[in-house]
Amino acid sequence: MTATEQRLIELAAATFSVSATGLTADADMFEALGIDSLKALELLSEVELEFDVQIPDYELRGVTTFRALAAKIDERR
Amino acid sequence: MLPLAHIDSLGEALRDAVMTSPAATALVEVDRHAETRSLSYRDIRDEAERVAGQLGAWIDADAPMERRLVAIVMSNQSRWITTAIGAFWAGATLVPVDYKLSAAEQAAVLRHADPRVVVIEEPLWRDLAPLVDAAAAQYLVVGARAGAPLHGGAAWAGDDADAPRSSGVAVRGREDVACVVYSSGTGGDPKGCMLTHGNYLSQAESLGRLFPMERGDSYFSILPTNHAIDFMCGFLMPLMFGATVVHQRTLRPEFLRYTMQRYRITHMAVVPMLLRAFRERIDEKLDDATPARRALVGGLARLNEALTLRRASHAVSRTLLAPIHAGFGGHLRYVFAGGAFVDPELATFFYRFGIPVVIGYGLTEAGTVLTVNDLKPFRADTVGRPVDGVDLEIRDADDDGAGEVWVRSPTVMAGYFREPDLTRDAIVDGWLRTGDVGYVDPAGHLHLVGRKKNMIVTAGGKNIYPEDIEAAFDGVEGVAELCVFATDYVWRRAAGEALVDEQLFAVVRVADDGELERVRAELARRNRGLADFKRISGLLVVDDELPRTASMKIKRPILADLLRADHARAELTPIDLEGTA
Repeated sequence: MTATEQRLIELAAATFSVSATGLTADADMFEALGIDSLKALELLSEVELEFDVQIPDYELRGVTTFRALAAKIDERR
Repeated sequence: MLPLAHIDSLGEALRDAVMTSPAATALVEVDRHAETRSLSYRDIRDEAERVAGQLGAWIDADAPMERRLVAIVMSNQSRWITTAIGAFWAGATLVPVDYKLSAAEQAAVLRHADPRVVVIEEPLWRDLAPLVDAAAAQYLVVGARAGAPLHGGAAWAGDDADAPRSSGVAVRGREDVACVVYSSGTGGDPKGCMLTHGNYLSQAESLGRLFPMERGDSYFSILPTNHAIDFMCGFLMPLMFGATVVHQRTLRPEFLRYTMQRYRITHMAVVPMLLRAFRERIDEKLDDATPARRALVGGLARLNEALTLRRASHAVSRTLLAPIHAGFGGHLRYVFAGGAFVDPELATFFYRFGIPVVIGYGLTEAGTVLTVNDLKPFRADTVGRPVDGVDLEIRDADDDGAGEVWVRSPTVMAGYFREPDLTRDAIVDGWLRTGDVGYVDPAGHLHLVGRKKNMIVTAGGKNIYPEDIEAAFDGVEGVAELCVFATDYVWRRAAGEALVDEQLFAVVRVADDGELERVRAELARRNRGLADFKRISGLLVVDDELPRTASMKIKRPILADLLRADHARAELTPIDLEGTA
């Protein structure tokens, strides 16, 4: 797991009050966190603050795993 | 509203708009809590003239329509608007492409349209570039970060100070095509609706009479601007009225309220999903309130309803229900709801609080709206009456008076771009067949019961529309999403096979697995209230979000494919059919 993936998972788990234990980079983010796409936008807000990046809402198109979102973050750093 | 009778094109109308009140604020862009851009009407003119001047390098205003297409692939922002205006002034025909589509879907649209120029936002270009031939069109990449690879496109600012300017407006007639708008499509090939300058001007006139705006009004642009509703209500109309359009980089709910307050938003258009999110917020607030306060708000809502039943009164509602209105900025006058069926109970909820939800019905093929609720009086159970200029007929009605909706209107498109056969099927003797099924009640209001192509014919010969049944299950607490199918549609569609033992079932996604039994009981209760031939006989509980189009309609054919791939018919769990409602 990359450092970004690790940090993202911890951030996501804390945001939605779930345990980060056992979450993998390839886990379905929505399922693991119990969120829908509107809630996922909230996560994006947290991501922008934590990683100091700007990610437009539409970048969630087709993103289902932590790995895919982490890649979007890394593209921008 | 500008007088439009002597105007023949959107270019002319927008030219008049930017000249009328040059100093007024036209466009505002917000990111989180910071205003990042503000353009007066004079600024718009400046930027659009530069856009027009630069597009002149590729666009010949006298070329045939298919050789002067300019596509825009951008999320909502002021550059979207200035690019569109500049393109009209340069004589281009616009192809607004939905930024929410996947890159593959965008590529399919662009392959079909084959534009000369594509103006695209950098992150969207990164995904699209591998799927298109960058040499087939001039790709102008907006907002590219320094050093970002451009994949054969050219970095473009639009408002480059050294760029050539063009202050002319290409002459166009009302019959000329202004835009080729691709419908979001629930599967199949992209279809481009050719909408003329006359289509848009007629629609602006009829809507402008019903829902006038004025200088000082602010429209919050949330639906994609390529979408017919936002293009009309969030671009053309506010500018023609001298109002302000507010764009926000992100639609994250935590920033919506701030923007609505700060910019005194008066108008917005939303999809039902967002209305539901708003409602949850109000409910949460009321849940936190003391019982006395809850009772007070409920009493005030009833009083407001009584006072405003025949006609909305914003002053009365805002005074009585100030705390609720504050949550929406305190100035909201109209919420236009479109894109999918609106739950009547949801619209009524907002009306009780003095926030009129305007329900309408339209399709891209016919401009923006065909029918709309004029709020005189408020009705949430219909999609309203035809707007000025629309002739509406119900054809081939069944015994209950429901049949396909046909319309004739100055807003009906010229046809599908490059698809004469499809056009002939859709427009017959000047009438557009909508593919929607409905009936007209004695008050002249149109009720929709479903899409013709989604219709299910039962073994008993009854016509059933899944949307009609879904409406009966609307608003069940704990249900995140629900979609009704016939079993044979999902699991047996091979040609020649007989339709036997066809049953209706609902695909359900619940918000919380722990709620499943309660949800099941409530669905069963409502199911028993349906006519027997409309009752569902089973449930299929799924975990994944249902696939939806950009305008949030469920993609039924795609969902059916997914269900077939992942589930067997035997997985349906029976729903209690005993007892009475």
